Amino acid sequence: MNIFTEPVGLSHFLVVGAVLFVCGIICMATKRNVLGVLMGIELVLNGANLNFVAFGSSVLRPPGTDGIGMDGQMIALFVIVLAAAEAAVALAIALSYYHAHATVDVDRGVELRG
Amino acid sequence: MDAINWHSCFFLLFAAIACGFAVAVVVVGDIVRMACCLVVSLAAVAGLFFLAEAEFLGAAQLMVYVGGTMVLLIFGVMLTARGPFVSMKTGGGQWVLAIVIGVALFAVLLQAATSTSAWNGPKANDQAAVPAANNSPLPQAGEGPGVRAVEGDSQDAAGQLGLGLLGVREDRLRRQDKPVLLGGMSGYLLVFEIISVHLVVVLVGAAYLARARRRGRNPESRSPLPDPRSPKPESP
Repeated sequence: MNIFTEPVGLSHFLVVGAVLFVCGIICMATKRNVLGVLMGIELVLNGANLNFVAFGSSVLRPPGTDGIGMDGQMIALFVIVLAAAEAAVALAIALSYYHAHATVDVDRGVELRG
Repeated sequence: MDAINWHSCFFLLFAAIACGFAVAVVVVGDIVRMACCLVVSLAAVAGLFFLAEAEFLGAAQLMVYVGGTMVLLIFGVMLTARGPFVSMKTGGGQWVLAIVIGVALFAVLLQAATSTSAWNGPKANDQAAVPAANNSPLPQAGEGPGVRAVEGDSQDAAGQLGLGLLGVREDRLRRQDKPVLLGGMSGYLLVFEIISVHLVVVLVGAAYLARARRRGRNPESRSPLPDPRSPKPESP
């Protein structure tokens, strides 16, 4: 199967979404900077968004099926808006954390540890 | 030799850029370079949105993510990038654990993405994206090349999105012939209202949160800085 001459399917998009998701998970787990963790969250949300768009696309849906229609794009739009709101709040918390602790290392925030 | 499917070629290009720069975000230690790699990765995801016939979403992704969120992130990086915080090393044990978990998760997701045969099989040529593919002899069983063009429901995606936000699901209403089921075809008006109010509340809260802690809690400037609201006695 030569991918240069055959049309891409839904699973190609899903694989790209899976790569973005896993990269985001690893980024969230390994970064010690607060903003690095935030970037991992952005990657995870983008991977999920790509899956929503691919499932809602009329080009990629399996022939004969109806798919999820406009719902995929709608949910992806809501995810984008919520990601923007989440980024704003998380950056405000990161700045507040930086002013309170004079560091952005998430390992230093141990005040709530029991 | 079949004609080259440019849709697939551009998909490969954008997918390679998105995945490559996403991996670069993980492996690069410098926080500023991570932000730059993330910009490129998100822009490539917007390109993938365009390829999936979600043009409005691609434009929204470019504007909101690459234009808004990344500016916010880069400002956060600039405000906090000082000396030792630019690149902080992670221990080897955490890297090993994270990569083991990531590879296991990726294996599960890959298996789930490729196991359904209706998703990965080559299907009819899409005439909307690749007009040249019409004369390429691709013998697909059972489906002609004009399957996609008959539906024609992706012509006005932005208008359908807007109508869906106002509570009218146009794509579902046209196909639904049973009047009993029309009640379930309502759109996203309530979600739209909730998310609008949510965005306003969150942005006001973020502005308050980023500003209110600036005095008093700062350990370096706790005593010498006067309260900026009070008039300075030594002002000329």
